[in-house]
Amino acid sequence: MSAVAETMNVTDERLAGLTLPAGGWSDAARKDALSRVQMMGLPSRRDEYWKYTRPDTLTQAVVVPAALFHNDEAALFDDVERLKIVFVDGVFDADASDDLSLEGVSIERLATADADIHWARDVYGVLETNGQKPVERPLAALNTAFATDGVLIHVTGAASKPINMIYLHNSETSDVMLHNVIKLDAGASLTVLETGPAAARLNMVTEVEVADTAAFHHIRAQGRDHERRAATHIFARLGTESVFKSFTLTANGVMTRNECVLELTGDDAKATVGGACVGDGDFHHDDTVFITHDAENCESRQVFKKVLRNGATGVFQGKILVKAGAQKTDGYQISQSLLLDGDSQFLAKPELEIYADDVICSHGSTSGAIDETALFYLQSRGISKPVATDLLTLSFLAEAVDEIEDETLREQINERMASWLERRRG
Amino acid sequence: MLKIENLHVKLEDEEKQILKGVNLEVGAGQVHAIMGPNGSGKSTLSYVLSGRAGYEVTDGEAHLGDVDLLDIEPEERAAAGLFLAFQYPVEIPGVGNMTFLRTAVNAQRKARGEEEMSAAEFLKVVRAKAKTLKIDADMLKRPVNVGFSGGEKKRNEILQMAMLEPKMCILDETDSGLDVDAMKLVSEGVNALRSEGRSFLVITHYQRLLDHIKPDVVHIMANGRIIKSGGPELALEVEQNGYADILAEVS
Repeated sequence: MSAVAETMNVTDERLAGLTLPAGGWSDAARKDALSRVQMMGLPSRRDEYWKYTRPDTLTQAVVVPAALFHNDEAALFDDVERLKIVFVDGVFDADASDDLSLEGVSIERLATADADIHWARDVYGVLETNGQKPVERPLAALNTAFATDGVLIHVTGAASKPINMIYLHNSETSDVMLHNVIKLDAGASLTVLETGPAAARLNMVTEVEVADTAAFHHIRAQGRDHERRAATHIFARLGTESVFKSFTLTANGVMTRNECVLELTGDDAKATVGGACVGDGDFHHDDTVFITHDAENCESRQVFKKVLRNGATGVFQGKILVKAGAQKTDGYQISQSLLLDGDSQFLAKPELEIYADDVICSHGSTSGAIDETALFYLQSRGISKPVATDLLTLSFLAEAVDEIEDETLREQINERMASWLERRRG
Repeated sequence: MLKIENLHVKLEDEEKQILKGVNLEVGAGQVHAIMGPNGSGKSTLSYVLSGRAGYEVTDGEAHLGDVDLLDIEPEERAAAGLFLAFQYPVEIPGVGNMTFLRTAVNAQRKARGEEEMSAAEFLKVVRAKAKTLKIDADMLKRPVNVGFSGGEKKRNEILQMAMLEPKMCILDETDSGLDVDAMKLVSEGVNALRSEGRSFLVITHYQRLLDHIKPDVVHIMANGRIIKSGGPELALEVEQNGYADILAEVS
């Protein structure tokens, strides 16, 4: 079978099992997205963009079951003042969720937002479509077409507390597509927290429109279910003097592909994407980032750290595209792995493509083991080797975690990572 | 306190003998200094005693009290009361100095079967000790040694020593990279820790540190052995005449 035929076969099989939800205002976008999926075909392992990550379990019609993870720790951000929106295997749980009202913010669900003309129509599938060039992202289009639910958030002022989407996983075979749309008006600000595995297989798209001088902060923790799979996309467009900051913590999960596609369209915008992941054994984690600078004097940072052991695999594909005219761009990209044994691997593909002549762009990628001198230093103070190794592991991850601006939230992530490492020691 | 007998050490990865029969005994409460030309094995001795990887003991013994040092892990040596102040203290980004200190103090207490120090008690003690070393609250909060000046790093070593209360302290060229004032401050920190139950082994190139930390015994090390021992006047002799005379005398 030819490569094209195989791709179309997988795509046809996948589409055969799905029906377009009746979406009212989103119908046109969904139909568009479906035709794009049919045109592009779902990714196959022959695609250059999927060279390091096998897409088959993310694209095939049948979901690979994922055993439920018994989690006995307190939920992350439990003691943070926040508005909770809970989905169980992609199904909204009204009883577990808070009232969807917050001053300066309008919150609706995708499944029930039934106005004929909805504000989200200008964003839903629009940023995703923009993000299909120059690299195709068929799984995101699939999501736009078939997402069954999600949250539509319109922020007009400074949100008084974070919104926390909590995604619980309760069925071993759940196959979930959620699509969130977040629109921040000029000067507005919001922090979104996302926690939990969501499903046996998750396809998630989040589109974020950040208007001039608005600020969006995003912290995500993907859930510790060992066998879960996820393909996520964040598409964001940044206006003048706006701020976008996203951080993702990943521990466990047999297959994760997190794509983040940012477009800086207004001058003086600032974007940061960071991630810390801890993988052990059957673990494949892929961060794929594409940042387009299309305005002057903007700053972007990519900071990714991966700790890998027992055959775990980490992937980083990060690109900075500086368009002609995007002068005074400051682009920074670092991806590093800490390999705790000889079985693990880290595959990195940093890319810069620059068409402006007055820019600063730097990138670096490293793989290394624990620093023996630092280990000895800690041991010489009486700290046992396993504890010292954990301290140095946290130290390694710190540069990524430090990208979280809010001190309380940052400390919660740090504490959680420390307790995971401690538990692993037994 | 510390007894080293006929210690022979080579590099693990190559056939290079570095220590060729070191004998040394430091009594309780004593301060001994080791001086010697570059490459004589001074720093190696400190690393081997504290358990750094990369060295192989081919012969000899080292005991701290009843504890056979060479048989146990670095952290066990620390719990037994050994402390090495590093020539180049290591920077550890992302780990707060305070967290590091408390982890170390409590790890040692636990290893010795003692009760762990509470956060409040620890804070009180560390603040008091930091103050005498002119270590401010900011330095305690910052990641271990990150962005510290040379002097700050060495003061931080002495703070660790003060918190861990070891029996046997080895100072590996603690004076290197210090200006006169910093050296005075560090020396005062060390002197404040001198007691009947605590001994020091001070490794240095220069006599001036020994003006501040007065040794009971001075040893001259060359080519992997201690070739001469004497009183504080031996350090003065080295300062004035260099090592050439002593090396010639013993060869």
